Amino acid sequence: MEPERPEGDGDGQLVPQGRGAGLVARARAQGVALKERAEAEAKTYKDPQQTQLWKSIFRVSHDRSDPRNRSLAILSNVFLHLHPAKVNRDATRYNFTWGMGGITFYLFIVLTFTGILLMFYYHPTKVQAFRDILYLEHDVPFGKLLRNMHRWAAHLMIITTWLHMFRVVLTGSYKRPREFNWCVGVVLLVLTLLLSFTGYLLPDDQLGFWAVTVGTNMARSTPMLGSEGPFGPQLGMTPFNDVRFGLLGGSIVDSNALLRSYIWHCIGIPVVASLFMAVHFWRIRKDGGISGPAPVMLESEMKAVRK
Amino acid sequence: MAMAIPRPRSNRWLLWLVVAAVVVLGALALQVDDWGQLWKISSAPDNIPIVAMIPLVIFFTWLGLRQSKANDRLVRDLEGDPALAKTHHRKTQPWRPGWARELHVWPYLVRIEFLSAIIVTVILFVWSILLNAPLEEPANPNLTMNPSKAPWYFLGLQEMLVYFDPWIAGVVMPSLLLVGLMVFPYVDSNPLGNGYYTWRQRRFAVSMFLWGFFMWIILIIIGTFIRGPGWMWFWPGQTWDHNRVVFDRNRDLHEIVAGWGLPFLNLYPWKAIFGALVVGAVFVTGALFFHWLMLRRRLEWADVKSFGRLKGWATKNGEFEEKLLARTSILQYVTFQFFAIAVLWLFPVKLLLRLLFTIKYIWVTPWFNV
Repeated sequence: MEPERPEGDGDGQLVPQGRGAGLVARARAQGVALKERAEAEAKTYKDPQQTQLWKSIFRVSHDRSDPRNRSLAILSNVFLHLHPAKVNRDATRYNFTWGMGGITFYLFIVLTFTGILLMFYYHPTKVQAFRDILYLEHDVPFGKLLRNMHRWAAHLMIITTWLHMFRVVLTGSYKRPREFNWCVGVVLLVLTLLLSFTGYLLPDDQLGFWAVTVGTNMARSTPMLGSEGPFGPQLGMTPFNDVRFGLLGGSIVDSNALLRSYIWHCIGIPVVASLFMAVHFWRIRKDGGISGPAPVMLESEMKAVRK
Repeated sequence: MAMAIPRPRSNRWLLWLVVAAVVVLGALALQVDDWGQLWKISSAPDNIPIVAMIPLVIFFTWLGLRQSKANDRLVRDLEGDPALAKTHHRKTQPWRPGWARELHVWPYLVRIEFLSAIIVTVILFVWSILLNAPLEEPANPNLTMNPSKAPWYFLGLQEMLVYFDPWIAGVVMPSLLLVGLMVFPYVDSNPLGNGYYTWRQRRFAVSMFLWGFFMWIILIIIGTFIRGPGWMWFWPGQTWDHNRVVFDRNRDLHEIVAGWGLPFLNLYPWKAIFGALVVGAVFVTGALFFHWLMLRRRLEWADVKSFGRLKGWATKNGEFEEKLLARTSILQYVTFQFFAIAVLWLFPVKLLLRLLFTIKYIWVTPWFNV
């Protein structure tokens, strides 16, 4: 606080007289000080990376590219921390991995994104399902593109899953200590196929209806659990209590089948697949990261078998 | 330091391959009566992925085997030169002393991932703009689609229905396939080839997988391009005739053998016993075949040229292969044989019996038929 000054201190200005005089001068001085402070502060905002907001979000600075910061960029990021800070220099070559595992995961993300958007326009009921697809194709802005992308990403994901598996075999990457992760991968392959299959019924057209009819008819013949399978009838299986009935929620592909398909497709299988994916990715790290390209081993270096 | 001398490589085989491909494709093209039908099948939007997958599989097989060949050449050089084997020359990728063996993930890997994501997104956008997802008429249980086909990736399963009863084709075979895939790492006792492409060091394991993988893709191709109305066999380019009737006499094996003067085979229990014996024989021959195959050394070009050498190759076990077998536990061996016979052997046998000899079942019992 400034000390109280006497009135009319002779600076030639028309100084307001009375009780308000000191107040105005004070306010002006404070205003100037505030302006200077604001200007000084605004200068610091020119570098947003120095702000509290920025630092609270990103935790480490990204403006320097020294080894420590490059490592921290990976380690302190929730999306990237599954990666190690450093990798085998040859592993970044496209030739080795073909990038198929990563592309498969990216397609899963694309499918989740387009799938959520599709869910806004779709009702899993016999009355509305087919009309919703027509609506998507003809009225929803970019609806056709959305549906096409969901469809083709799904097909592409199956191809990339198979090619990923193919690459893992050719590079022997399923070998010790990665055997278990290979098994997790096989489960993920099955889940990918099931995701695709459950989605096939949802447009409720002839294509999906008959594909699912053919597919679930096979379930009738499940040994012991199907009404037409070996030992099924002997165990009391009928078309109204067997495994196919459980899959379809009825003895024919109808409204319950549509609803079940929808729930498996949008919630059930994605949740299970996400869990398996978490294990799959985590095990890649725990098993020593990407398998290669490893230095070749010679026949003469084979160690005696561990008993 | 002794450096490997690069061998002169002849590319003449490539020329022959192209000539052979042109001749084969030309001969096939002459057989096509109905290009419209062929185009209709291959341009169906849902079939585009399998059409795209064929060149993709060929390309990636080539890409993998090319790197295997490079590594195999390195292995051969290192085995011939113990001094070189002690140096850093253990990879085909270039490396010099002073180069870091590891790179920072940020940015060297992340930027590649980012780039791939962009490329995949662009491909998806272009694909989705050019091609519409199929939408047929509303589902109608009273109007059966003919042929009513599953999506292409399940056509392998659907095609299996031709050769096996539904409980085998739809439940048992897929389960065996998946469990077989899962046990694959546990029965492969070969420690070589962990994390690098190689053919020489893992010929048997890789060829077993390729056999299964290609078999699966061939089944899908049959299901997609060859099966027409009534799930009948139409060669590519043959018009789908919805009124076609095929008079296949699908007989069971015991009926044929019974016709050779053994009529009792048409009666129980002989029918079932005969079938069990045949299936047993298929398993035994399969086991012998795989056992023989896993002990073969590399077939050299010179082996094919002389009968004596070929006989030697077929009868004398490979040294390295025997070493691998010695590392394999009995449990590993038996597990491998079971899955190999059930998936990789029984299935092609059944396929050929059905397609070439129109034999339906080889084992008939009151409860199930194989």
